[in-house]
Amino acid sequence: MEYLTLQNIGLVTGFLLILIGLYGALTQKNILRIIVAFTIFDAGLNLVIVALSYIKGRVAPIIDQTTGITNLSEKFVDPVPQALVLTSIVIGVGVTGVMLTFALRMFKTRQSLDINDFKETKW
Amino acid sequence: MYKNMFIIVLLAGLGILLGSFLLTHHANKALPELPAYYADKTASEVGAANVVTAVIVTYRGFDTLGEVTILFVAASLIAMFLKTSKAPKDRHPRPSSVILSTAQKLLFPLIVLFGVYVFTNGHLTPGGGFQGGAVIATGFLLLLMANPQAEFKHGLLNFIESISGTSYVIIGILGAILGLGFLDNRFMSLGELGTLFSAGAIPVIYSLIGLKVGAELSNILHHLNEVQNEA
Repeated sequence: MEYLTLQNIGLVTGFLLILIGLYGALTQKNILRIIVAFTIFDAGLNLVIVALSYIKGRVAPIIDQTTGITNLSEKFVDPVPQALVLTSIVIGVGVTGVMLTFALRMFKTRQSLDINDFKETKW
Repeated sequence: MYKNMFIIVLLAGLGILLGSFLLTHHANKALPELPAYYADKTASEVGAANVVTAVIVTYRGFDTLGEVTILFVAASLIAMFLKTSKAPKDRHPRPSSVILSTAQKLLFPLIVLFGVYVFTNGHLTPGGGFQGGAVIATGFLLLLMANPQAEFKHGLLNFIESISGTSYVIIGILGAILGLGFLDNRFMSLGELGTLFSAGAIPVIYSLIGLKVGAELSNILHHLNEVQNEA
């Protein structure tokens, strides 16, 4: 039971999502499925970063009546990884959008989304 | 076959690596120096109740400017690649169900209102410009699902996007002239901690980011939808 902490649950879930995403990106043949696998990988990575910043018994870094305004560094979890993850999520959305656009263009040229139909860049 | 073996070995190796990290890492007991500074000084220096917002918009405001730029570049790339010919549409999709179109009429204003609430209260509650913008874009997604032939005014969306992006940079420069540095929020009154009009320029900056992100994501959705209509 020593290992069953909130932080470890978050970390294990994040690691599993990373592995599932990588497996999907490496084995799937359909480009849309590969894109979905990348977003799963992304979600797992973000979850790991947030879980690492968690400190047992502390609250989210928002000042209200229950936290007061003194000694806040002993009451809050780390705000910096949360800010970084926000950036990472937004960039993930942008990258997913661009990937989907490329997939659309590729479908227009070959009428196919199977990765095996695109051999030009294979080595 | 060998390829599958390779993938399994790769994943097993990564799994062992991550598992050993899980078993050996020690949870933080206290905040490192920099986050402790942010947590202690936000109330007096920035005046925002939400420390994460203070980090994003003020302490690391330059990162956020870069982030907004990346989103802008992504939206422009998508618009460039999906440039559609203005041919008359001969596709008549099946009209959406009564449930969807009625719910869309009812929910669309509420979703947009909620998005505006999320970004104007970004310095007080969990939320902010990016989250509020994403909520607004879901409203537009619902609109497109209910009526796939819907036409947005691209000019208006682009106008909102460029005006809010430019104003964001101008406010950053104003911070450098009137305050202590680029994107400093203290050239406006800090107000009382925890009220809507507090934290100096943060609510203004986050509202601009919210409008910009909402317009950009709606534009992306509309471009993707237009291609679907064309094909």
